[in-house]
Amino acid sequence: MIEIRNLHKYFGSLHVLKGIDLDVQKGEVLSVIGASGSGKSTLLYCINALEEIQDGSVIVDGTDVHAKGTDVNALRQKMGMVFQQWNSFPHLTALENVALAPKIVRKMSKSDAKEIAAQQLKHVGLGDKLDSYPSALSGGQQQRLAIARALAMEPSYMLFDEATSALDPELVGEVLDTMRLLAEEGMTMICVTHEMGFAREVSDRVAFFHQGQMEEISPPEEFFTNPKSEHLQKFLAKVK
Amino acid sequence: MNYNFHWRPVMKALPELLEAALLTLQVAALSMVLGVLIGLGLSLIRMHMKGPVRWLATTWVELARNTPALFQLFFFGFGLGAVGVHLTPYLIVLIALTFNNAGYLAENFRGGFKAVPDTQIRASRSLGMTAFQAYTRIVIPQVLRIVYYPMTNQMVWAVLISSLGMLVGFRELSGETQFFASKTFRIFEYFAITAVIYYVIVKIILGAASLLSKRLFRY
Repeated sequence: MIEIRNLHKYFGSLHVLKGIDLDVQKGEVLSVIGASGSGKSTLLYCINALEEIQDGSVIVDGTDVHAKGTDVNALRQKMGMVFQQWNSFPHLTALENVALAPKIVRKMSKSDAKEIAAQQLKHVGLGDKLDSYPSALSGGQQQRLAIARALAMEPSYMLFDEATSALDPELVGEVLDTMRLLAEEGMTMICVTHEMGFAREVSDRVAFFHQGQMEEISPPEEFFTNPKSEHLQKFLAKVK
Repeated sequence: MNYNFHWRPVMKALPELLEAALLTLQVAALSMVLGVLIGLGLSLIRMHMKGPVRWLATTWVELARNTPALFQLFFFGFGLGAVGVHLTPYLIVLIALTFNNAGYLAENFRGGFKAVPDTQIRASRSLGMTAFQAYTRIVIPQVLRIVYYPMTNQMVWAVLISSLGMLVGFRELSGETQFFASKTFRIFEYFAITAVIYYVIVKIILGAASLLSKRLFRY
């Protein structure tokens, strides 16, 4: 379970997150929507300690992420992250991309790491691309590679930071399908997204961020048909 | 023109010349290995550290790149000699070449590090890698590819400027050639053959680098 309490984040004098309170339950799929600069991506980076926070706390399975002495490297293994720019490692094949962290972080044997990597690549539909370098893969394939790479650490949570925003429109579907598959398998997911269809269809709850505050959070039906916040009403009118 | 060419003495000295060529190659290669390691360190210091350490690294790079290689050699030879530190000719050349290589390579590495996006480190860290693992497994392999050809050039440069070693009494290829040339007065012949040997060494280095790059960089 992820428990976020009164989270404040500043970039210099810019107040990006203004007191966020949020619980994400095991097995839940939460979509986070909002305009650019509303703080939704920063929230993800604060959850897995890629960004420091200035006040409040993030507790993952009982461990305070930002407390002194917390082993963030161990903690990050629990939280797979997929980025907008998929960030595949260009000098490694698909198989090596996925097998590297299991080998050097989880200290698995070479053959075990390769086995789990091959398994995860098949899982995301790249079973025939094991020996391809990222440069030979499409954007959608590279993003699925990034998902497989995160899954190979056998995380309890998956954080998606606008995983489809940088893709060509015809490639968005294959990545969303993969995310849908994970959701069906019961993965706990936080998806920062601009895909309203996905948010509505797959999520258990949807959150709306506006200028560093979480203005609304509710089940998708209610969220999309009966939004209470004025900003959300305007936002939904614009994206429809 | 009434100069008579005599090639026989040169041919007789060929084994010694080739042996000296190996010494040239050895000191150049060693200075490259040390230069790469130190250059990597200098570039990381200049990117990530502050204060006197950074200042020292910057001074190193500035001096290595903006003063004649010959002066650098003289500094480690006669300069240190003047204050009582007497190094062997081999050490003088090795240290001067390393100093020069490290300075040039540090700037190449800095460019290489800048060319690898920060998001590669973020992605690595998000998988639970330590900063050290992210650098050694993800960033540096990519940097090495970016600086591979500049590094090859630097190796060629190291072979060629090692010839300055003869001015501090080092009997590498040029020093050995000078020794035989002045003994026999067949100066043109000796230096012509030595030029050919240098040319062949450089071509072998470039050929080997090109073969190696095909093995190393499949992407």
